[in-house]
Amino acid sequence: MMTGELVEFERVGKMYHVGDSEVHALEEVSLSLEVGDFVSVIGPSGSGKSTFMNLCGCLDTPTRGRVIIDGVDVAGMTDDALAELRNQKLGFVFQQFNLLPRTTSLDNVALPLLYAGVKRKERHRKARQVMALVGLSDRMEHHPSQLSGGQQQRVAIARALVNDPVLLLADEPTGALDTRTGAEIMALFQQLNNRGISIVLVTHEQDIAAAARRRLTFRDGRVIEDRTIEQLRFGQPDARERNA
Amino acid sequence: MNILESMLVAIVALRTNLMRSLLTMLGIIIGVAAVITMVAMGSGAQQEVDQQIAALGTNLLMVTPGYSRNHGARMAAGTRLRLTEDDARMLKEQIPEIVAAAPTMRGSVQVVVGNTNWSTTVQGIDNDYIVARNWVVTEGRVFEPREVRSGAKVVLLGRTVAEELFGEARVVGQSVRLNNVPFRVTGVLGPKGQTMSGQDQDDVVMVPLATARGRLIGHSRAVAKAVHVIMVSVADAEMMDDVHQQITQLLRQRHRIRDDVENSFRIRNMSEMVETRAETSRVFNMLLAAVASVSLVVGGIGIMNIMLVSVTERTREIGLRRAVGARARDILTQFLVEAVTLCTLGGAVGVLLAILIAYGTAEITGWPVALEWQVVVLAVVFSAAIGVFFGFYPARKAANQNPIEALRYE
Repeated sequence: MMTGELVEFERVGKMYHVGDSEVHALEEVSLSLEVGDFVSVIGPSGSGKSTFMNLCGCLDTPTRGRVIIDGVDVAGMTDDALAELRNQKLGFVFQQFNLLPRTTSLDNVALPLLYAGVKRKERHRKARQVMALVGLSDRMEHHPSQLSGGQQQRVAIARALVNDPVLLLADEPTGALDTRTGAEIMALFQQLNNRGISIVLVTHEQDIAAAARRRLTFRDGRVIEDRTIEQLRFGQPDARERNA
Repeated sequence: MNILESMLVAIVALRTNLMRSLLTMLGIIIGVAAVITMVAMGSGAQQEVDQQIAALGTNLLMVTPGYSRNHGARMAAGTRLRLTEDDARMLKEQIPEIVAAAPTMRGSVQVVVGNTNWSTTVQGIDNDYIVARNWVVTEGRVFEPREVRSGAKVVLLGRTVAEELFGEARVVGQSVRLNNVPFRVTGVLGPKGQTMSGQDQDDVVMVPLATARGRLIGHSRAVAKAVHVIMVSVADAEMMDDVHQQITQLLRQRHRIRDDVENSFRIRNMSEMVETRAETSRVFNMLLAAVASVSLVVGGIGIMNIMLVSVTERTREIGLRRAVGARARDILTQFLVEAVTLCTLGGAVGVLLAILIAYGTAEITGWPVALEWQVVVLAVVFSAAIGVFFGFYPARKAANQNPIEALRYE
């Protein structure tokens, strides 16, 4: 497994204006994710985990500090440059799948490549490959409405993988699925991680979070806990507590 | 992403909502069809006017007897014949710009061949008339000067008369009876079609003026060599007004009309009359086309409305596309292309519908239509422009969505 810094947060703050008041969604978050990491992010709503995800996903830029994704500083990048970065380096999986209705799985999976300027034939070739990877080789021409929730999420995962991203971002990927299907999806994530794909997964369910190798806990815009699975298992304190 | 890919994406999106797309297009379809139908009918009418002007003859002035007074009672125009063959000859001699001055008489006559008979108009003419009115003789020949002078019993048949009496058979050299007098056919006139008021100009026979006066058309003997009309053809359209003046002067002199008395004749510029009537119908047609354009604008607003709904409905799709790497301008292009595709397709269907309506109407009512390809191209281009104009605002709204909020949109 490769190692190295994949994502770096340096004293990152994010502030929103809601009406007249300022909302500090993130305050002074510093951390780094390594290549091959499988990180779960938990915390109550409003804790800043969504903001953290949006920053990791280059959907947003920090108001303070630096966010470095795969060696590129995101701060001050243009909207177009961010779009290209998302297109080239990131993959997204959502709770509600967000597949295009009345569009075949294959075309759904190939969508990111459309914006990468890949030719149609090559798009489909690549899409078929990742469809096979998530075990949906026999569902290429199906529309989302003809697929079960689990299958739809697999299509969405295939779409997130089609551009060979350095990081897969999953926002409550099992939130809309029953427990058994959720477990299957988690197994798929673990399998992908074993193949070397880095994953950040937001969830509010402890047992889903347990599938990850590392767990970040957010509260009030700060990371209050950052432990690896081993530390959690053996009750060791996390790095932050040791340093404190 | 190139424009071709954008178009494919747009077409897929439009097909996804087929019913809605069709209904939205309907506004443009009706608008374009209405505009094109109006324009086709307008230019059809215009073409007919042009033909009529050509059929009238070039630069034609028509001199007719005017009002006359009989012991203080005003009598209708033309009731007394004061114009004569000599007037016509004098006009041609005195005014160099006059190419032909044709004195004519008109009456009705019964034409009989064997046991078919046909009631028609007879014109007493000389060969200047053929020149002035741009008549062509398609079979046979015009009258010889000798025949005109001597009042020979020769006749030229209009196309309609020839067909009614002889059908396909050969006409030249045949004998016909006009009011029971036998005449020899020297030629058949080429077709001219209908006048604006719907009269068949080919339903006519022509005989030498002297023949008409002597044998066919009853008239008052008060004025020697009286004629009904003098047709004057002027060399140059620019000189029409000038010649008009000169004729007035000359005729007033010749007829010894005192300065305080009105003209005993009237001079009319024929093509001007047709033009005036054409102008009226042109204005009317432009008005109709303008009203039709309004429906096109309404159709455009319909497009904008539906595109706005579509943008709102597909907020999450927009968020997703942005997340996987679509730039704001990719989204703009996508929605703009959708609007333009809707409008252009609508425009094309509208053109087809217009062709059906225009030619259908022409078939049923006999109104002339003329559809030029430039108009068709312009209509399609214009509807595409409507797509850009009314599609831009919704597309910009789509492109400006914040991807995070768009993804969270319920």
